[in-house]
Amino acid sequence: MTLVRHELKQGRTAFMIWTAAVGGLLAVCVFLFPEMKGEMEGVSDIFSSMGSFTAAFGMDRLNFGTLTGFYAVECGNVLGLGGAFFASLCAVGILSKEEKERTAEFLLAHPVSRRQIIREKLAAVLIQVTAMNLIIYAVSLGSIAAVGETVPWKEINLLHLAYYLLQLELAGICFGISAFMRKGTVGTGLGIAAVMYFLNLIANIAEPAEFLKYITPFGFCEGADIVADGSLDGRLVAIGMAVGLIGVTAAYVKYCRKDIR
Amino acid sequence: MDAIQTRKLTKYYGNARGVIDLDLTVKEGEFFGFIGPNGAGKSTTIRTLLGLISPTGGSARIFDQDILQDRESILGKTGYMPSEAVFYPGMKVRDVLKLSADLRKCGCQEEAEKLCERLQLEPGRKVDELSFGNRKKVSIVCALQHKPELLILDEPTSGLDPLMQREFFDILRERNREGATIFLSSHVLSEIQRNCSRAAIIREGRMIACDSVEALSRTNARRVTVHGQVALEGLEGIRDKRETGNSVSFLYGGDMNRLLQRLASGQVLDLSVSEPDLEEIFLHYYEADAGGKEDNGQGGD
Repeated sequence: MTLVRHELKQGRTAFMIWTAAVGGLLAVCVFLFPEMKGEMEGVSDIFSSMGSFTAAFGMDRLNFGTLTGFYAVECGNVLGLGGAFFASLCAVGILSKEEKERTAEFLLAHPVSRRQIIREKLAAVLIQVTAMNLIIYAVSLGSIAAVGETVPWKEINLLHLAYYLLQLELAGICFGISAFMRKGTVGTGLGIAAVMYFLNLIANIAEPAEFLKYITPFGFCEGADIVADGSLDGRLVAIGMAVGLIGVTAAYVKYCRKDIR
Repeated sequence: MDAIQTRKLTKYYGNARGVIDLDLTVKEGEFFGFIGPNGAGKSTTIRTLLGLISPTGGSARIFDQDILQDRESILGKTGYMPSEAVFYPGMKVRDVLKLSADLRKCGCQEEAEKLCERLQLEPGRKVDELSFGNRKKVSIVCALQHKPELLILDEPTSGLDPLMQREFFDILRERNREGATIFLSSHVLSEIQRNCSRAAIIREGRMIACDSVEALSRTNARRVTVHGQVALEGLEGIRDKRETGNSVSFLYGGDMNRLLQRLASGQVLDLSVSEPDLEEIFLHYYEADAGGKEDNGQGGD
């Protein structure tokens, strides 16, 4: 657990900044809802007639006048993108930073196996991602209660679960990439999260590109689908988790054999 | 038991040479020097022994344990001081020392405090704010605080002032007397000569000599310095000739009678003949080896 504690201390500032930023934005969105609710009947009609743009964000199938619809689109984007960026950044540098910052010699001269390093660093990533999601979940529930709305438990829980799983998948992919990289990790992490996000927008807009939902984890986080189905798409989630696990396995295979420079 | 034993240890980085067919034996309790210029393969050897990089060929054992299969057990008995002293940003010296101790699962705070005191290192300072020399001291304490059986030191004195170097070698000699094996990699030959009992010389990835420091220093060659006019042209066995004004200095390994004849036929105002120091012998090894390679048509420096 020494390395887990060490990693959590090292990542403490970034964790607090990202959690405060995403949680704060989410709370602001929820606080805006009561004011927007009254104006939403007309706005929903406008949104539903904006063609591809509406479809891209799933707004053609959600009612902005309800907390569930509003939360699924507005808060979903904040949590989806913010959480994805944090999870990717957190994981993509966790192994490679030792070589990038030239601390690898210090760490690996200690009697710690590479498997243990991977295990503990992975645990540190999972703890940070999980803690961030729990805090944001609490902020979200508190904000909804504060504006006097009834919490739509099922939808909120499913949406937060979906975004948590999305972050786990991205963290798994980026963790695998981290084992192969020696520098330039920040751009890679942000790039992967952004590309995945836009792949989902494309899949929403163009029917021939719908297969992209099987590639991007944002595919199983589509608010409109979750609210309409009352469940997550198990097949997409399973594919996503498998991809994340492949990333972690790749990290084990590569890092255990890697020449450390 | 041998503390370190390598058999035909080879490491290539792609096509680039690291070390080639390195056969090295360091006995338990030895203070062993590993000499070579930058890029000779010293750090590659050390990084291979520590399992940071995998050998391309050959094998290596530390305390009769395989470096690949028993890595954690070996590292538990080893203290390593890298040539660069880099630590995690934002940490205080005491946090770095505690992290190192925790990773070793040892409670060695008392020893760490003693070492900090001897090296005049302030545990409350942040590592980011330390000079290179002070970061080196942190590295020394990390390598020594758990009282390892084997110390592997890669260019340990760079950045340390002369007083600290003396204190550092005092500590090393104490540890050596207590039974620790010390493997000191350096290109500062004087510190090898002063402290080590045996040494190996590495050149372009290959070991070119390995013997006691005394034997390595023993040579027929002499440093001859002549003030006056002497004709040395055609005299065999002259190396490293330096002329300044009316003086000439050279390493001489040829027939002494021939040299005396030349000196007698010249106008000698003053003459000194001395044993060369290890630095000169080191250069001799390098030049001789490079010459041999050139003779074989393999190129040299």
